[in-house]
Amino acid sequence: MNGNTWLPLLVIASSLLPGLIIFGLAENRVRLRIALNLVGAIVKLVLVGWMLWGTSQGLHYEMRLVLLPGLELVLRAGPLSLLFVSLSAVLWLVTTVYAIGYLEGSPYRSRFFGFFSLCVTATVGVALAGNLITFLVFYELLTLATYPLVVHRGTEAARRAGQTYLIYTVLGGALLLLGTVWLYTLTGTLEFTPQGFLSEVGEEHHFALIIIFVLLIAGFGVKAALVPLHGWLPQAMVAPAPVSALLHAVAVVKAGAFGIVRVVYDVFGMEFASGLGVTGPLAWLAAITIIYGSMRALFQDDLKRRLAYSTVSQVSYIILGVAIAGPIAAIGGVVHLVHQGLMKITLFFCAGNLAETLGIHKVSEMNGVGRRMPWTMAAFTVGAFGMIGAPPVAGFISKWYLGLGALEAGQGWVIIVLAGSSLLNAAYFLPILHRAWFREPPDAWPEEHDFGRKETALMLLLPPVVTALMALAAGLLASAPFSPLEWAKLIAVREFYQP
Amino acid sequence: MSAAFLYALVGMGLFSLGVYALIVHAHLLRKILAINVMGSGIFLVLVALARRTGEAQPDAVPHAMVITGIVVAISATALALTLMLKLAAETGCAELPDEKRE
Amino acid sequence: MGAEVSDIPWGLVLILLPLMGGMACFLWPRVTTMLGLVTVFGVALSVAGLGWQILENGVYRHAVGGWGAPLGIDLYADGLSLLMLTATALVGLGVSVYSAAYFRREDATRFWPLWLFLLAGLNALFLSADIFNLYVTLELMGLAAVALAALTGGKDALGGAMRYLLAALLGSLAYLLGVALLYHGFGTVDITLLGQRVESGPVLWAALGLMGAGLLLKTAVFPLHFWLPPAHASAPAPVSALLSALVVKASFYILLRLWLSIFGPLVGEEGVDTLLGLLGATAVLWGSVQALRQTRLKLLIAYSTVAQIGYLFLAFPLAAAAGVTAWHAVIYLAFSHALAKAAMFLVAGNLLRFGGHDRIADLDRVVQRLPLTTGAFALAGVSIMGLPPSGGFIGKWLLLEMALAQGRWDLVVVMILGGLLAAGYIFKVLGRAFTQAEVTHKSRAVPACMEWAALLLAIGAVLLGFLAVPVLSVVGIGDPFGVSGVRP
Repeated sequence: MNGNTWLPLLVIASSLLPGLIIFGLAENRVRLRIALNLVGAIVKLVLVGWMLWGTSQGLHYEMRLVLLPGLELVLRAGPLSLLFVSLSAVLWLVTTVYAIGYLEGSPYRSRFFGFFSLCVTATVGVALAGNLITFLVFYELLTLATYPLVVHRGTEAARRAGQTYLIYTVLGGALLLLGTVWLYTLTGTLEFTPQGFLSEVGEEHHFALIIIFVLLIAGFGVKAALVPLHGWLPQAMVAPAPVSALLHAVAVVKAGAFGIVRVVYDVFGMEFASGLGVTGPLAWLAAITIIYGSMRALFQDDLKRRLAYSTVSQVSYIILGVAIAGPIAAIGGVVHLVHQGLMKITLFFCAGNLAETLGIHKVSEMNGVGRRMPWTMAAFTVGAFGMIGAPPVAGFISKWYLGLGALEAGQGWVIIVLAGSSLLNAAYFLPILHRAWFREPPDAWPEEHDFGRKETALMLLLPPVVTALMALAAGLLASAPFSPLEWAKLIAVREFYQP
Repeated sequence: MSAAFLYALVGMGLFSLGVYALIVHAHLLRKILAINVMGSGIFLVLVALARRTGEAQPDAVPHAMVITGIVVAISATALALTLMLKLAAETGCAELPDEKRE
Repeated sequence: MGAEVSDIPWGLVLILLPLMGGMACFLWPRVTTMLGLVTVFGVALSVAGLGWQILENGVYRHAVGGWGAPLGIDLYADGLSLLMLTATALVGLGVSVYSAAYFRREDATRFWPLWLFLLAGLNALFLSADIFNLYVTLELMGLAAVALAALTGGKDALGGAMRYLLAALLGSLAYLLGVALLYHGFGTVDITLLGQRVESGPVLWAALGLMGAGLLLKTAVFPLHFWLPPAHASAPAPVSALLSALVVKASFYILLRLWLSIFGPLVGEEGVDTLLGLLGATAVLWGSVQALRQTRLKLLIAYSTVAQIGYLFLAFPLAAAAGVTAWHAVIYLAFSHALAKAAMFLVAGNLLRFGGHDRIADLDRVVQRLPLTTGAFALAGVSIMGLPPSGGFIGKWLLLEMALAQGRWDLVVVMILGGLLAAGYIFKVLGRAFTQAEVTHKSRAVPACMEWAALLLAIGAVLLGFLAVPVLSVVGIGDPFGVSGVRP
């Protein structure tokens, strides 16, 4: 074994080990816990950076562990993996800082941060998974690790939300398992391969393959909150803000969307999937989800629920991009994986700040809040414009490529969906911005905490500002080397043009 | 029909009788007796079938089995009787308590 | 040195050591806990010694006292026996460490000798290769198990134990009659020889009916499971762990051996395998639904055992076409269930000790107060649900793969539903662990070794998920699945 084998394992271990140690820590070991969290997050970032550099030098990182003859756990750093793993590593560091500030003084932090680390471990595992079974292993781990975070507050509402979450995800997991085993009996391999590994499967199995596709998409669609499998997401909003941020921007929903990308590109292969005729319905389902999520968001007064429905809508851009079945749309979909993460995490951080600092939970309470918390609301504004798709924020790039790609693939109807969704996005975000910046603040906030001369605690303020800046940078510097866009282009080329 | 076969048939009959009694009787002492009747039936079968070769010397192995079986049966009966007495002392009735319905 | 260690008849040690340990416990009741622990550690080491012998020299055979068959007793151990002995030793170690803290002085003097006799019975059973010896060991084990189940006294425990005893005796007597018929028909009790001599006919079918029914009753397969929940739920926690993890598996082991060597090749394809599969499928669904309906934790776990045993029988209808893979799945499920279920009952014991009750709805906040125990339940649950990575997952993966490859959609549906229901009852417990109701009852401290014993067993069940390749290669020593596995 050499370094190339161990590196993917170390990336996993850099959050797994701190997590396991944190479980054993007494509640009052605050400093040690913070140190472990931050060191783990930074080490992971460095390791991922190392892996990126190595891959650009042509090194190949892969680790294999035999579970059963013919069935292996594989961790591998391909382009798609690296995109997602980089996103997770960066956002984990930011969210860790935020969570430390957010949960200061609240009970059961050892448990929280333990599961938090497990959750990231699972996400990174999902990102690096080199075959479907490895993906499944970490995907299920993700379910188990996020459950305690959803029910963290321990209220009856939290328990019920956790139950709903479980019913959806466990059902999804069962469908996924069934699809995976079935696929395995047909092909004898589950290895992710660019342009898929199914072209050898005989004609007589094509109907089975269509059902397997449906099973796999349904399994991943639960976490990606595809309509009608999205019901758990708004309910899971009872969780603390860093959890919502992580769940909605990185871990859970993204794992689902990432799974769909994997299934279409690396299991079925774009060409084969189009041949089966399964991408068209998937595109329609994504389009319906986009519109439905936006419509529901419009009518939510609770800020976090509005953001949750916005997530339902936005994640399906990724799926839409994949399902349009053209290279340019693929770029738009894949790059949105990163862009949506940056923008949505910003919005959730800001929502958490409003709740923690002023006790604001509802949109109707946000009058004039921009004057009280200018930095937070500035970050929020960047995120919101990104979601609407206004240049130069990152969201514009995604929509541009999606639209172009749809035209290139001869699917003009997508433009209508995109335009409609942008209008709806504007309709539910602009009123918030208008309230925050142009209305008079009330005499007293619902529940104000004093932070001296600053608008809120520094550890709460920095993360959204940083992620907002990243979202801006991803849009402004889209054509710079190593930008998410360039990366997405590389992936699209690999899927569509290489023999 | 040889004598051995007749013995074996009687043994089978005893076994069936025991099973029947075990199921229908509620009193534990009767159930324990039924188990013993079943055991005796099997021993009878074993002893009878030891003559399967038709030689003067019957097969010794089934006899060894019967001896072992009797030892086991005595231990089991002792345990069952003790349990029954304890249960009777606890509930005042030497029958199986009804299964609780949730 | 090496030669000396490999000359010791470890199989004999495995039987004699716990027997002598048990008698020593009667003689010196003051140090019974210490004696018990030392004996169990000794047994674990002996299993390691036997394992080493088997890995070095292949199948282990020992003629006790130099007599040899037919009148003497031969000890025999291949890979399958070794695996069962290992599972017994691992569960036994965990439960023993736990029991050292669990039982107070008076109960301890009664628990340890019985447990050591049970251990002797189990070891002897897994080392037996003739059907009559299997009967004797089955009874030895069964009587010790019944006595253990009655240990605490009280109406529930005594009633449960009595029901258990009657069912066990009925089962083993039916088995014995089958033994008599087989011996009469084919003139031997040695399993291998019987396998060579048997031919289809009325004697074989009658023996199959009697032995099969007896063993199914003792294995608590639906609808013959009625005795299991009351006995397992009313016994003290470490005893429940032993009963659910090991005792039930022992009768299943006999059934498996008989099927592999004697019955399977002759009657496997005449509908018997379908019947067994049907019983298994019903057990999976019915047991899971019952588990989900329970309000008491220990009953929930006991019904979960009924369901998990059902999975073992799903392999029978698949074995005709899948051969050895089916038995690999069974072995893996049985092994990981032993570890996981033992962990779960120990968890239930911790919760009972802690809160004085096992009402699921009132388990509030145990996750904060007994984090290791809750963790043990969660990890054991992962294996029971068949989520990856765990031993349970490997077993269910193999089963699912075979069922799909053979187009057995009925079994596929049963397995998926069973997994979902299992998730339902596991999370029914875990969900309560996080709520924040006021503490309404006094709580007692739980010793650390009781928490760790449960956790380590559960971790073992999860780790099994990574050990499939070496474990399955060891199981193959002596080709225990050969007869039924190879078909023209």
